[in-house]
Amino acid sequence: MTYPIVTAREITPGDKLPELSKEVSPVTVVLGAMASRDWRPQHHDHKFATEKNGVRDIFMNTPNLAAWFERYVTDWTGPYGRVGWIRFRMKDSVFPGETMVFSGTVHAVDTDDTGCSWVQIDLELVSGGRLTTVCTARVAIPSHAGDNPWSRRGAEWAPRAAG
Amino acid sequence: MSELPAEVQEWIGQKRYEIEGEFDVEQGYIFTACASVENGNPIFWEEKAANEITQGVIAPPAMISAWFRPHFWAPNRSEQVMPLQVHFDLKETFSLPEAVMSDNTVTFGEPVRPGDRLSTWQVLRTVSGEKKTKLGTGRFWDIDVEYVNQRDEWVGTESYTGYGYRRDPQ
Repeated sequence: MTYPIVTAREITPGDKLPELSKEVSPVTVVLGAMASRDWRPQHHDHKFATEKNGVRDIFMNTPNLAAWFERYVTDWTGPYGRVGWIRFRMKDSVFPGETMVFSGTVHAVDTDDTGCSWVQIDLELVSGGRLTTVCTARVAIPSHAGDNPWSRRGAEWAPRAAG
Repeated sequence: MSELPAEVQEWIGQKRYEIEGEFDVEQGYIFTACASVENGNPIFWEEKAANEITQGVIAPPAMISAWFRPHFWAPNRSEQVMPLQVHFDLKETFSLPEAVMSDNTVTFGEPVRPGDRLSTWQVLRTVSGEKKTKLGTGRFWDIDVEYVNQRDEWVGTESYTGYGYRRDPQ
């Protein structure tokens, strides 16, 4: 079996990633918190979240948000995509009962000194109609068929922050 | 920085809470994490894809912090161990009962694989003066968390911006 390969030659700044929508239930939030081993009550205890944190419900935790962005980016790149750097700013929380909509635009395509090809993507998460998270990711992708960022080790793997 | 307590000033730039994970990286948790975000990437689910693409099974890079988060309970433990302890130290020092994370940056290094045992430490980078936001009044701080595997290979760095606060009277 061969797996899909998206190479840097096929990507241009301004390209849009297909949107991803997901309805958020309490299970989405609780499962995400447990999967990331985050036992803090604001991610599973409605009473604690509303009375102690002063928010309207339990809300998605930070590591699980990172996992959603990772999944969204690599859905697009295919399995050869290797995320090297990601930054996100949470402007608001993601609550059960909302629909999350992930979107993204290619900001830049570049090659580092080791010959590794990188795509820098501007990402947004809108949940319940509110812009809740903005994110920038840099993901390494094959520069050509036969290249594989996952085979890079040591000094050949040099992820850097977005410029 | 002069308004910070001496204790907090000492923490800035200091390597603190160096610990080894309580258990090895394992595939069951990888499946659970992928299921939580419906991540069907074959490198996490199919041995053939993992062998062909990632030279064996790996964990999703975004799971990096999960591997050292302590069990909620363990025998012979008298105190609950908190991940990101520096964050909780700051909350306590400044008497800020509530906190949220606003920014998170992660840089990923060597892939993490089942059987690996990760170690981590925390470094406080900055603490702001008191600031008022819609949540209340408090302080922002930046904390770096470094991760290495059992071969001392760098596997990642997380940087958090936290905001500890007390809710303003209604």
